[in-house]
Parts: sequence; structure tokens; C-alpha cells
Amino acid sequence: MASIEEFKQEVRSWVDENLPAELRVGNRRDLPGEPLGRWIQALASRGWITPQWPTEYGGGGLDRKHAAALMAELRAVRAPIIGSFGTSMLGPTLLEFGTEEQKQEFLPPISRHEIKWCQGYSEPGAGSDLASLQTRAALEGDEYVITGQKIWTTGADKADWIFCLVRTDPDASKHDGISFILFPMHQPGVEVSPLRLIDGSADFSQVFFDGARAKAKHVVGPVNGGWTVAKRLLQHERSTDGGSEGGITGAMKETLVDVVKREVGLEAGALADPAIRQRLAAQEMEARALSLTMRRAGEEARAGQTTRDIGSLGKYRWANMVKNEQDIAMTALGSQGLGWEGPGFEDGQLERTRAWLSTRADSIWGGTNEVQLNVIAKRVLLIPE
Amino acid sequence: MGLILSEDQLILRDMAKSFCDEKSPVERMRALRDTRDETGFTRELWKEMGELGWIGILLPEDVGGADMGYAELGIVLEQCGRVLAPEPFVSTVLLGGNAILLGGSEPLQKDLLPDVCSGDRILALAFQEQGRFAPYAVETRATRDGAGFRLRGEKQFVLDGHVADQIVTVARTAGQAGERDGLSLFVVDATTKGVAIQRTQMVDGRNAARIRLDDANVDSERVLGEIDGGADLLDPVFDRATIGLCAEMLGSFEEAFERTLEYLKTREQFGVKIGTFQALRHRAAHMFGELEFARSIVRDALSSIDDGRDDVAECASSAKARCSDVAALIGGEAVQMHGGIGMTDEEEIGLFFKRLKAAEFTLGDATYHRDRYASLRGY
Ligand SMILES: Cc1cc2nc3c(=O)[nH]c(=O)nc-3n(C[C@H](O)[C@H](O)[C@H](O)COP(=O)(O)OP(=O)(O)OC[C@H]3O[C@@H](n4cnc5c(N)ncnc54)[C@H](O)[C@@H]3O)c2cc1C
Repeated sequence: MASIEEFKQEVRSWVDENLPAELRVGNRRDLPGEPLGRWIQALASRGWITPQWPTEYGGGGLDRKHAAALMAELRAVRAPIIGSFGTSMLGPTLLEFGTEEQKQEFLPPISRHEIKWCQGYSEPGAGSDLASLQTRAALEGDEYVITGQKIWTTGADKADWIFCLVRTDPDASKHDGISFILFPMHQPGVEVSPLRLIDGSADFSQVFFDGARAKAKHVVGPVNGGWTVAKRLLQHERSTDGGSEGGITGAMKETLVDVVKREVGLEAGALADPAIRQRLAAQEMEARALSLTMRRAGEEARAGQTTRDIGSLGKYRWANMVKNEQDIAMTALGSQGLGWEGPGFEDGQLERTRAWLSTRADSIWGGTNEVQLNVIAKRVLLIPE
Repeated sequence: MGLILSEDQLILRDMAKSFCDEKSPVERMRALRDTRDETGFTRELWKEMGELGWIGILLPEDVGGADMGYAELGIVLEQCGRVLAPEPFVSTVLLGGNAILLGGSEPLQKDLLPDVCSGDRILALAFQEQGRFAPYAVETRATRDGAGFRLRGEKQFVLDGHVADQIVTVARTAGQAGERDGLSLFVVDATTKGVAIQRTQMVDGRNAARIRLDDANVDSERVLGEIDGGADLLDPVFDRATIGLCAEMLGSFEEAFERTLEYLKTREQFGVKIGTFQALRHRAAHMFGELEFARSIVRDALSSIDDGRDDVAECASSAKARCSDVAALIGGEAVQMHGGIGMTDEEEIGLFFKRLKAAEFTLGDATYHRDRYASLRGY
């Protein structure tokens, strides 16, 4: 493999060729479709959407250091980073638990960002207490027939496939009768009904299954042994955001520091409001402490110095941090942060208002803050229950 | 050092840990306090630490030092923090020693530092003149007098000032209290005429001093750094000392947290272990997070010095802001979660609580350091 420096050089010139200026704005929602499509194809052709996956499944075959260098280079030019439920959650889980046939079938399309996946975990009666889920899957020949309901399913209205937790043995105890299964969304017996969120978006849905079908060979891991697979996927989910990034959200039109400086103003070089100045300093320190901590945890694990998993800590602190960023922005904006739409507000201000609303979800999805604290107390601190 | 310890550093840590456990259990610190020990620490132990190379860990070999880095010093300090060892690292190594190392002429270093490394000479830095940390709020005056200077003023909270042989003293050669310009640093021999030292016993069992300078004379060879430009020396000294102090605090956090966690797992009420109560579990989990964050920040700050990075000042303030907050959190929660026994003098957790409060205020509290960080960041 090329030295890190050579590799970075290679990435830089490749980026120069493949990334148009209009895309160098970070992970924004309103990116122009056609250049974005070409960028995704270019990344996929190198396997760089999933840089650490083996090349045989469409990955980049890079080791951790080269993958980190790639990401650093991409972030440095504010390139859109392409990620999905497939790349960050299902893919790593399949690499660990999938059969060879399942890997061949599902991983390459994920690595090309072709198939959209959604996560069918939560149900109306099974949120934090996920293992109490009731959606049934009954074997009929070489297919499972699925009946029940999921809720809060992000992206269900746009998804091609779902990875879903279903009860395959209703008589077994709570954790023992669950299977992890994959099936297509576009089929009779699947009905999607979007839900509107407090930020005005409708990213997630209720999903109703009434005789939907899944191939028996698409059960990942053992039948009735899906809980282990499900938990491992949750670890990946928690580490995606809590872990790797940890920084002040990069995708806003303006950085938090700029917003606060503009709205609050400087007097003799210092923010005019000393209280908000303290909060901003604390926020920057927190962002750095989080990313250092997750980096250290990774280094310690690789050096064999620890076996404990602090992914839950990362998720919990990350959620608080991103929420706090918007809280500070809102305080700085005052009534200019209270606009919903229409004239009287700048785009950057409206964007902050919506971000303040949408980030409330970050301490709920993927396990609420309270659940993460439960996990830390039990699994990391080993306090008996 | 990176964020994790190397093989050699792990060995040093284990060695420092067994040394501290064996020679300096918390009872030793308690005994020093209860007997109102004149020194406030154990000279023999300090000399042993000197023999191990710990006192001169930062200093070059030609003055008897071990020429290692902050990573190593941090490892030692962390272990000292675990057992609340009151030996004079902050005063002699981090403050006084650093001032002489970073600002002293070669002859002065050669003259003073070898005895520091061996543990025979104790140093102090006399800067503070008011309750709250404010490095430039110095009124003490130094006026030229023949070949030297005459110092006049009053200092407080001079750590280990009651036993220091040489007191690095910050005085104003120009300007007004509060101004950054116009400060100068002098190495004042404690036996100098006109130097009156009053020991002050602190809440954490350690000692500091009030020092009156009544026209005390000091030779111009004993100036550190530049006349009027003392702040350029003081700032890096404070940054380094702050980061070192944070490493010591980290050790006290760990120990106080572990003891509290152990208590949650053993103490029973309502027929169950108190650790089964979710209110306590969540607070313990949160404390654990703060402890881990503090550890990352402290390690990063230590390496910012060793690697010669240009963000040492930001790292120092980031570390101390965090550690001061964590000191209040872990110290307070440790007492609370112990219940009534946590309030007794007999239970050691209270000793941690008090040491953490003292450390919280030493070299600037969280508000001070967030404020400074904001200034460094340009807002
Ligand atoms: C934006 C968003 C996207 C989501 N996307 C998906 C998705 O794609 N797929 C999917 O399957 N799910 C998704 N979810 C669902 C999410 O995983 C659940 O909302 C979450 O697990 C909480 O479950 P619940 O909503 O039923 O809340 P509940 O579990 O009912 O919790 C209500 C409150 O009680 C607290 N609580 C519950 N149990 C405990 C306990 N043991 N100790 C202390 N406090 C407790 C919770 O912390 C919370 O504050 C999403 C949620 C959001 C907000």
C-alpha cells in the first residue's frame, strides 16, 4: 500500500479532478442532483464510499489509517460524504454475520449507493424496550410471511429494502424468539405512512405489514438468534455519529462561532454577552474532548489496552453536544431564531431554527440518552442491577 | 505521547503506582495533617522521588535531570493524585522549577537546579495577591537599587512557601496592577532580610504561605526572563503548571470515582445495593464520561507541550476548565453518594473532596479558563 503521504497526494489530485466546486459545501440537503450523482459514481468506482470493505464486495480495501486519511482529505475540502443505513449499519453487520451468498448479494449495491435501506426495529409498543417487539414472521415453504407494524422508520417512504426485527418464535422468551431479516419494501403487504416531525420534515413513517414476504435465506444470523445481530448493529449505529466525527456540525451555512459573533457582537474583541461567551468556549472544548476521547478509545482497543466498549458514551455525549450547539445558536438569535418560514428571516437563521428542532431527536434515536446511561452503568461500570 | 501510553510509559505508571501505594497511602497524608507537620510533606520521601528521577523529570541531564517529558511527569503526578501525596511537585517542579528552566540564565540554572533534582531544595512561585486567580493583578513593586532591585509588597497562597528555599517572586517594575506589561520575575532567597513568611494551613491539608516583602534586596543576576516582560515567561510557566496540576487532579478523580463506584456496589438500603437505583446509576455513568473526557484532554495537553505544538495555551485552558468542573462534580457526588459517612473526617473520601476543591481554584477555576480560551480563540 502507498505511504500515507503518497496516498493523500493521490486523493488530492483525484478530488481535484472529480469534485466540482458547487459540491464543496459539506453534507447539505440541497446539493444539485446531477453533479452529486456523478460524484457518487466516482467515489463508488474507487470503492471509497465504503473504503474499508474488501474490494470483492465493492469496498476500497483500505486499512484504517488510509481510510482515515481519505476521510480527512474529503472533509478538508468539504466534500459530501456519502453514508447510509447500508454503509454504516447493515454493511458492517453483514460482513460479520452474513453468509457468503448474502454478502455477494447485498454488499456491492450498498457500496455503490444504489439500494436504499431502512431500519425496521421500533414498534408502537417496543421502543427502548426493543426486545418486546411483536411483528410476526411465519415460515411458509421457503418464505416468511410478515404481519405487524413498525414505527419511526426513517426513510421508509424512499427505501428499497428493509432490515427488520421480527418474532419467529412467539413461545420463546423475549430475547430468544427474534430474527433479523431482509426483504424488499416494494411489494404487496407493505404500506408506508409518513409522519410529520416537529421540524416540519416527514423523514420517518409508520410501516404496516400484512402478508409481506421475505425469503428464508435472507435471515441474517441464526433463526431466533437475531437479538445478537440486532445489538451489534446498534453498536454500529451508536458509533457512527457518537464516535467518528465529534465536532461542531459542519454542514450548516455558517459555523456556530460565526453566528454567535454576528448576532451578539464583539466589544474590544470579546463577545458582548459574557454568559454566551462561556457557553461557546465550553461547546468548543466539548467537541474537542469528544473527538479525542473516541480517538483514544479506538487506539486503546487496537493496542489491546482495553476491551470495554464506550460507544454508548460517545452517542450520549455527541447527542448532548449537537443539541447544545443549536441551543447556543438559538440564544444568540433571540426572536430571529423563532421564525418558521417566509420573509423576515435569513436562510441561515431559518436553518438554525429547524436544526434546533431536528437535533432534539439525537438523544432519542438509536437508544435514548437514558438508555445509553443504562448501558454504561451496566456494561461498562458493571454495577449490578 | 499520543493519547495512549507506550510500553515504557505503562511500566513507569505501574512503578509509580506501586511506589505510591506502598510508601504513600492516604493515611500518610492524614497523619501529616493531624500532626500539623511543620514541613507538610515527607522530606525523605521527596528525596526518594528525586533518586527515582521524578523531580528532575523535565530537567536536562547536565543539572541532574532525567530529560524526559510531560507525558512522564503526568504519569507520576497522576499516581500522586490517587493517594493525595502532598509532595511539592506543583511548587517546586511545575511553578518554581519551570520559571528557572524557561527563564533563568545558564549560571543560575547550574547553581539552583541540581539541588532541586535531588530533593534538597524546595522552590515556590509567589505571584498571587488576591483570592481569585488573576496572573497580572500584581501590585508588589520592584525598584532598582544599585546593582539590584528592592522588592516591596505582599503575596498570598504561595504553595509550599513556608519551606521554600528560593522563592520566585513576581513584581511590577512598570505599569499598574492588572496590566500584562511591566512584570518581572526574581529569584529571592527565603533568608533574605525583609522577607517575612507566614505559613497558612489550607483545607486540603497542604500548606501555603503569606509572604511580606519589606524592601527585600535581590541581585540583578537573579532576574528570570526580561525586565518588564515577565508575563512572556509567566504565561508558559502557568500553562505548563496548569497542565501538570490537571494530571494530578486526574489521579484524584479516578480514585474518588472508583471508591464511590465500589460503595454503590456494596452499600445496601431498602434491602438492595444502592447501585441498583437508577438515579445513582445515571449519575455514575455521567461521572464516568466526564472522567474519560478529562483523561483525553489531559493526555492531549501533556503531549501538546512535548510535541512543541502551538496550541499549548488553548490546551491548558481547555484542560483546566474541564478538570475544575469535574473536580466539583466528582468531589461533590462522591460525598453525596456516601451519605452520612461521607461527611465524617474518618472516611477518606472527604480528603479527596477537599483536595479537589483546592485544586479546582489553583491556577484558575473553570470560569477563568473558559474566559481565557475565548480570548485565545478570538471571541
Ligand atoms: C428521528 C428519529 C429517527 C428514528 N429512526 C428510526 C428508524 O429508522 N428505525 C427504527 O426502528 N426506529 C427509529 N427511531 C425510533 C427510536 O429508536 C425510538 O424512538 C427510541 O428507541 C425510543 O423509543 P420510544 O420512542 O418508544 O420511547 P420510549 O421507549 O417510550 O421512551 C420514552 C421515555 O422514557 C425513557 N425510558 C424508557 N425506558 C427507560 C428506562 N429503562 N430507563 C430510563 N428511562 C427510560 C426514554 O429515555 C424516554 O425518555 C427513530 C427515532 C427518531 C426520533
